[in-house]
Amino acid sequence: MQLQCPMPKLDFDIITLGHGSGGTLTSQLLDTGVFSLLQNELLNKKHDGAIFNMQGKVAMSTDSFVVSPIFFEGGNIGDLAVNGTINDIAMCGASAKYLSLGFILEEGLKMTEFWEILNTIKFACEKAGVQVVTGDTKVVERGKGDKIFINTTGIGEVHEKANIDINNIKAGDKIILSGPLARHGITIMSHRQGLEFETTISSDTRALNKIVIELLDEFGEQIHLLRDPTRGGLATVLNEITKEANLGIDISQKNIPVEEEVYGACEMLGLDPLYVANEGLFVVVADAGIADHLLLQLQEWEHGSMAAIIGEITEQHTRQVLMKSNIGGRRVLNMLAGEQLPRIC
Amino acid sequence: MKYISEFRSPEIVNTLLREIKNTVKGRWNIMEVCGGQTHSLVKNGILNMLPENIQMIHGPGCPVCVTPISLIDRAVHLAMEHNVILCSYGDMIRVPGSGMSLLEAKARGADVRILYSPLEAVKIAKENPGREVVFFAVGFETTAPANALSVIHARKENVNNYFILASHVLVPPAIEEIMNDELNRVDGFLGAGHVCAIMGIYEYYPLVEKYKVPIVITGFEPVDLLEGILMVVKQLESGEAKVENQYARIVSEEGNVKAQEMIYEVFEVTDRLWRGMEVIPMSGYKVKDSYRDFDAEKKFNIHIEEASENPECIAGDIMKGIKKPYECQHFGKKCRPVSPLGAPMVSNEGACAAYYHYSGLAEQLEV
Repeated sequence: MQLQCPMPKLDFDIITLGHGSGGTLTSQLLDTGVFSLLQNELLNKKHDGAIFNMQGKVAMSTDSFVVSPIFFEGGNIGDLAVNGTINDIAMCGASAKYLSLGFILEEGLKMTEFWEILNTIKFACEKAGVQVVTGDTKVVERGKGDKIFINTTGIGEVHEKANIDINNIKAGDKIILSGPLARHGITIMSHRQGLEFETTISSDTRALNKIVIELLDEFGEQIHLLRDPTRGGLATVLNEITKEANLGIDISQKNIPVEEEVYGACEMLGLDPLYVANEGLFVVVADAGIADHLLLQLQEWEHGSMAAIIGEITEQHTRQVLMKSNIGGRRVLNMLAGEQLPRIC
Repeated sequence: MKYISEFRSPEIVNTLLREIKNTVKGRWNIMEVCGGQTHSLVKNGILNMLPENIQMIHGPGCPVCVTPISLIDRAVHLAMEHNVILCSYGDMIRVPGSGMSLLEAKARGADVRILYSPLEAVKIAKENPGREVVFFAVGFETTAPANALSVIHARKENVNNYFILASHVLVPPAIEEIMNDELNRVDGFLGAGHVCAIMGIYEYYPLVEKYKVPIVITGFEPVDLLEGILMVVKQLESGEAKVENQYARIVSEEGNVKAQEMIYEVFEVTDRLWRGMEVIPMSGYKVKDSYRDFDAEKKFNIHIEEASENPECIAGDIMKGIKKPYECQHFGKKCRPVSPLGAPMVSNEGACAAYYHYSGLAEQLEV
C-alpha cells in the first residue's frame, strides 16, 4: 500500500468550471496539487513548456486514458496513464525520462478523488524513475466528460544496444510472453454494472522500463521486437506482427500462462483471455539462440515467474496466427472485430 | 476448475477420436444444434481433427442469428424514438437492423446498455423511476427463465416502468423445420445441452420417432462434443435412431421444473418468425396476457414498416445446414464481422463468424 500525502486544506471540495479558467482557482489547484506533489527542477519553472537536453536516439509516444471506473483493484487511472506511456516507450527499447501530463476534468469531480489520483501518479513516476515536466488542466461541464480523462506523452533515450524493428524478425525467432494474461481487462469488467462478482483479481498495471532495459543490457539486438498487448490483447498484437512482417506465427495454447481465477472469470463472462487487455505485460520476439536465456532472466524478475515461450515465427501461413489448442486441434487466431470491452484504458 | 479440466483432457480426446475413427464407415452429416457447440468445435480446433467422412453442420441455435430484422428495428425504434433505457445482452447490439444496429443507435444518443442479466435491468428501472426501461429478451429456452423471473420480480416489487421486448425461440420446432426441408442433409443431431438442462429430454422422443434420426443431448467441452459425436455415429452405423443423453451430469429427464414453472407463469407458446426462415408454428414464447403490463409490444405503439432481410444474405440456408458459410459468395468479402450482411456473421456463436475466425485454415494446413 502506498503512502498518500495528506490533502492540504482547500476552499473547495469539488472541481468546478473555474478550475479550468486559468484564474485564481486554477493556480490554487495547480500550486497546492500538481506542482507540490510532482515537483522537480523542470516543472518548478512553470514555464509554457520544458527545456532540456537529450542524447542520441530518442523515442516518443503518447496515450490518452478514459478508463471507467477510474478506481479499480491494483490501481487507478493515474498510474495507468503513467505506466501506459512508459511502456509504449519501453517497447521502443527506451526508458522514459520525461512525461507531459494533461487532465480533462469533469465538473463535480471530488477533490479527494483527484488528490488520490495525483498521489498515485507521483508514486508511479517515482517508482519508474520518470519526471512530469509539463502539463495542462482543462475542466468541462458536467455530463461532457466522465470524471477524469488523462493524456500523457513521454520521451526517453533509446538503449544504445537496442535495435527494435519489425524488419529484424525472421522465421525461427521465439515469442516470449512476460506473464499471465488478461488481468487488467477482467479487473475492469468485474467492476462494471451487472458484473459485480467477488474477485481477488487485480490489474497488472506496472512500468516495464526497468526490466526491458535489463534485458537489452544483456541481449541487445538479439531482441528483435517488443510489444505490449494492451487493448485487443495478445491475439491482436500477434496478428499485427504477422501482417507487418509478412510472416506467420505458431503458438501453443498450453504454453500460454493464464491464472486459474482469471481463466474462471473469462469462462463465466464468455471472454477469450487471448483478446482481453493487459497493462503490465510484454511480448518479446527474440533470436532462437538466446530465447532460453532470456526466459530465465525474465523469470527472475519479480513479475516474471509465469513468463513462457509461447511460440515462434514461421515462413508458413504468412499473415496468420495459428494456435494449437490444448487438445491438439489447430485454429486461426484472428483480429478482434469491434470491441470486446469498451473503455478499459 | 479441476472438474472441468477432465473434459478438456488431450488423452481422453485422443481416445475418443480413435474410437470415432474405428467406428465410422459411412459418410455422415451431423448437426450441432447449439451455437455454443459450434463455437467450441471451432475454438478447440475439433473440426479438423475429425475423420473426413464426418461433416459437422452448424445448426440454428444462435439466438442472435435467428432474431428477425424487424425485431431489431423495433428495439432500435424504442431506443431512438421513445427515449427508453434499452438494455440488451452484449451480442445483440451489433446485429444490423434494416436501418441501424443498437450500437449505432447508442452512438446517435440512444441510452443503450449492455447487461449480463435482466435482473440488472429491473434494478436500473428501480433506480430511474422517471424513465422507462426495456429489456431486449431474446434467446432460446435457456434465457427464458431469467427473463421470466425479471418480470415476476418487477411485479412483486411494483416496478411499473420495466418492460421486456420478448422474442424467445424454441429448439424442437426448429429441428422439425430442418427435417421437413426437402434439401435437408442432416443424418443426426447433437442436442443442445443447456436448453435440455432447462427443458428436459421428453420433447425429443416424438422427433426421433417421426424422423428416424438420432438425437444425442450433448455438452460443450471437447470431451463432451466428441463423446456426443461418437454416440451419434454408433447409432447411425447400427441403423438406430434414439434419444441419448451424453450430458447427464447436467441434464435430467424432466429438466429444471422450477425454471419451467417460471417460464409458463410469464410466457405462452406462439408462432415465431425466424431470421432467414419462415414463420415456424408454435416455435417461440410471447408474454402472456396476464403480464401484458410488462410487455413492451403492448406498452409502446411501435409503428414501423416491416423490413425485409438483406437479399444477399443466405442466413436461412446456413442455419438449416443446407449451405456452408464458405459457399456464400459474400463470405469473407462483402460480409465480415466488422461489416456483416446478416446475423450469423455477427454473433460469436454464429456459424459464419465461427468459420470466418477459422478461415484459411483448411488450405494452409492440408489436414
